[in-house]
This record gives sequence, C-alpha cells and structure tokens, in this order.
Amino acid sequence: MGKATRAALGETLIELADSGLDVMAVDADLAGSTTTAKFGAVYPQRLVEVGVAEQNMVAVAAGLSLAGKVVFTGSFAVFGTGRAYDQIRNTVCYNDLNVKLAPTHAGVTVGPDGGSHQMLEDIALMRVLPRMRVLVPADWRAAKAALRLAAETPGPFYIRLGRVEAPKIYGADERFEAGGAKVLRPGSDVTLVACGVEVNAALEAAHALSEQGVSAEVIDAFSIKPLDVATILESAAKTKAVVTCEEHNIIGGLGSAVAEALSEGQPCRLARVGVKDCFGQSGSPDELLRYFELDGPAIVKAALCVQTVS
Amino acid sequence: MSDSAGFSAFDAPAVRARAARMRVAILKMLTAAGSGHPGGSLSAADMLATLFFAPVLEFDASRLEWPERDRFILSKGHAAPVLYATLAELGLIEADELATLRRLGSRLQGHPDASQLPGVEVSTGSLGQGLSISAGLALGLRLDFGLGATARLPRVFTVLGDGELQEGQVWEAAQFAANYQLENLCALIDRNMLQIDGPTEEVMALGDVAAKFASFGWEAVDVDGHDVEALYGALSAPPVAGKPRVIVAHTHKGEGVSFMRDQAGWHGIAPTEEQCAQACAEICSCADWRDE
Repeated sequence: MGKATRAALGETLIELADSGLDVMAVDADLAGSTTTAKFGAVYPQRLVEVGVAEQNMVAVAAGLSLAGKVVFTGSFAVFGTGRAYDQIRNTVCYNDLNVKLAPTHAGVTVGPDGGSHQMLEDIALMRVLPRMRVLVPADWRAAKAALRLAAETPGPFYIRLGRVEAPKIYGADERFEAGGAKVLRPGSDVTLVACGVEVNAALEAAHALSEQGVSAEVIDAFSIKPLDVATILESAAKTKAVVTCEEHNIIGGLGSAVAEALSEGQPCRLARVGVKDCFGQSGSPDELLRYFELDGPAIVKAALCVQTVS
Repeated sequence: MSDSAGFSAFDAPAVRARAARMRVAILKMLTAAGSGHPGGSLSAADMLATLFFAPVLEFDASRLEWPERDRFILSKGHAAPVLYATLAELGLIEADELATLRRLGSRLQGHPDASQLPGVEVSTGSLGQGLSISAGLALGLRLDFGLGATARLPRVFTVLGDGELQEGQVWEAAQFAANYQLENLCALIDRNMLQIDGPTEEVMALGDVAAKFASFGWEAVDVDGHDVEALYGALSAPPVAGKPRVIVAHTHKGEGVSFMRDQAGWHGIAPTEEQCAQACAEICSCADWRDE
C-alpha cells in the first residue's frame, strides 16, 4: 500500500513554502485530518484556522489571495465544495482568484463515517464552474504533483483527495500537466478510463481481463477538466468500447465528461462504473467499493459487457 | 488625485457636494438602465463620499496597484451605482459611460465586476461574502505589512447592507475578524431598516446591530450615516487595540429624494424619466449642491 492522497497536502505545502512560494492554507477544524496541520507546525502563520465555518473558509481564502497569496483550502470534500458552493462560484471563480480547493475525504472510501460524509457529487459541482480546473490524483505522488501544478498555475483549482491509503502507481519522476492523461497500460479491445482510487481498480481489472483474452487499455484521466479528449478519443477509435471508472456519482463526473467527449467526437459503446445516483453508507472502504460495484470485478463485468457487444 | 492622497484637510461641505453629485449620477444611470437599485445606493452615498473624498482611504486613483493602498469592498454589490458614481468622481471612468449601466457589453455590470473596472478590488453581488473576503484580505495585508514592517499597514473598509446581516456567513466572518484581532478592518453597515420584502424588523428582526457586533468582540459605533462629519470622525478615529471596527451607519433608504425616502418599494426599481428629473431637481436645489 502507498500513502493516502491526503497525506500529500501538508507535505507539499511545506515544500512549496520552502521553495519561496507565498503559499497559505485555510482550514475549518479539520487540519489534523487534512494534514494541513503538518504545514502549520512548520509555518504557523501560514495556516489560518477558521473553526467550523466552511463558507468563511473559502471567502477568507479569497481575501488572502487578493493580498497576493497562493491559498489552499481544506475541510472535507462534502463541506469544502458543497457547503461553500456559492462562495466558490461567486467569489473564487467569478473573480478568477488564486484559490486552490484541496479538501480531503472524497468518495465512499471515507468508510465508517457514512453517507453524510462521503462526497460523491464534488467532481460534478466543480466541473461545471467556469475557470475551475479539476484534478483527481490516483496516488500520493500524483497528488503531490497535482497540488504543485495547482500552486504554480494561476486561478482556481479543485484537487480531489482521499482518506485511505492508495496503492502506488507512479514513480518519483512522473510529470503531470493540466489537461493531460496517462496511458498506463496499452490495449486493443476495451478502454478503461479511470481517476483517483479507481485507477488501481482499473489496472486490476485489466490484468483479470487479459487472463480472459481481452486486451484492456488503461488511462488515468487525472485531469477531468480540462480533459485530455485527444488521448481518450484516440484510444476509443482503436478499441470501440469504453468503460469509465470513478468513485463518484455516475451523473456529472468523469463518466459524463467522457460521454460528452465520445458523443461529439468518437461515438462508441460506453459503460459507466460509479455510484449509481445514490448516497453512500457506513462500512469499511473495501466493503463499500465492493458493495457499490466500484472494484476490479465490477469493472471487468462492465468491460466484458461493452466489449462483447461491439 | 490630490484630494484622495490622504493629506488634505477635511472639508465637510465639499464631501456633501460630492455625495449630492453622486446621487444625481446614481439616479441618471438607473433611469438610463431601466432597472437597478436606487434605495440602497442613495442610502450609502454619504458613506462612500466620506471614505473616498474626505478622504478616509489612503488610495491614489493614479496608482491603483500601490501595494500599501487601503482597500474598499462593496459587500452589498447591488448598490453598484453608488460605486460607479464614486469611480466617475475619481476620474476612473468617464461620466458618459454611466449611461451604459446594465447594458450588454458594458463594463458597468448589474453588480460590480472587478475584472472590467479599474479601482474595484473584487466582484461582489452574492450577499454575505464581503466581510469574509475583507477579513482575509486584512489578515493577508497584516502578514505582509504588519508586525514591525516599516511600511504602513493597509486597512480594509467594507460596506454591508443591513438585510445582508441575515446571512449566516457574516457572523462566521464576525467571529473570525475578532479572533484574529484585525485592527485594520472596518465594516460599515448601511442600516436603512428596509430590505426587498419590507422593514428588516418585520422580515427578520436584526435588533441592536452594534450590540451584536460588540458581543462578538468588535469595537462598535453607531453614527448618523448621512452626517459626513460624524462618519469622518468614526472612520478616522485611531483603532482600539486588537479589535476590528464596525460603524453602524443609521441611514434612510432613498436618502436625498423625497418620494424614495424610507420606501422599501424603491429597493430594486428604476425611476422613470419624469421621476428622475424631479429627483435630480430636488438634489440640485439642496444646500449641499455645488456645480463641478
């Protein structure tokens, strides 16, 4: 197992500050969980605690950015996006401010806290906002790269981070850019487009599919907005069958983004693996991935379905 | 702008004359637009005139990017006309442009758009956010300019509506500003007692606004929001150590125009040409009026 993507937040903030960037973080009584507290331990003046007040968190971050700071916000994804949506829309995005939303604990892998805390709509909410870029890193190294990329690129970003340890996918020298995607495994029969923890599940599925004689191409679409449409269409032109995999509602997230791109540019069979328009519930992360049919076997099933028909 | 550099003596009649000209500009631009918010723009005219022309703000219209400038944020963004009238008085936009208010392609959007207008620090319009933004900005400025730095500590001034105080986020910001002891933050409340649906005390009673802020740890002052000398006195008083300041400016919605004064109905409709002419005639015949 690798480290959780959230573990990248505090560490990366420290590195960015060490390198001379005028970076700050604002958190809402979850600095320990999001790991911004690590940053605050090294740079106490640069971590602003607002208490349990997510709307204020985002707008205070906006104010700090007006003073020239590069500002990251914390909290959990459910509160850090949904509770502060109007602040994100009307203050951060409308003003094109240098605010980077990096809340943690997205998806069902939050686990025992249950449905109230398992954010499954955040990609959709953030993706529709003009000027917002949306990055969903698959592992700790990708998360560090995404946070660094956000810090070094002007304007609003949403970086989706998770609670649980994520298997290591990338080496230390991997480069990421907004609007890019990674073809992690070449294949010819079906394309698996995944993000976040589902990238590892897609790799597992591709391995299982190969044992059944099906060649699956795996793409990590870590940049959901802007989306690497060219890479996805190129793969779809070859395989004529696509499965999207995300720890998010099948409405509005990666599956929708890919469906939009395919419908316009390369119509083909598509199956969306994701949470089927419902809320989460308590359980262990692995139990929940299985229960909501987000695990490797679920992806295999979806892949065989689209692949067989085509 | 020699009169906004912060060194000239306070000239109350000159500030009142600015406010009167701004009121005329507000009425004319709203009439041209055919929609907009006269009531809360007129009630805030004396506040903005005092901030920019007494002046209170250390702000130089010829050096908008001066890092040490005081900042102004109009949290009640629907009062955009009073801000646009101020920008015109500052020479940052041409008077002719005011007639483009709310038109397609105009820089004068229905609510302030900072990306298009010089001298506007941040776009506003969704109520309840300006105090948080101002507090974050005040904290950021303190980190850069406070605590032993040789430069002056820039201040942040923001104007909120009284109905706006019903937004819960305002009180999140109120506790934040007090907790972080933001001495360089000053909020002005346009306490005109009216909101769209009627009197504030009937729609959702606000009670003693100064007492509420004081209980949150702010220095709170009640003033007559149309008395530029009282406003200037409250705004230019030295800060109380460790406390943000709120000035509850008791105002009348539609101030300056007899048929708009204290009428909730004039929150969000524009005057007709005839009404505008009558209103401007009233203002131009008042004792404060001076031609440019």
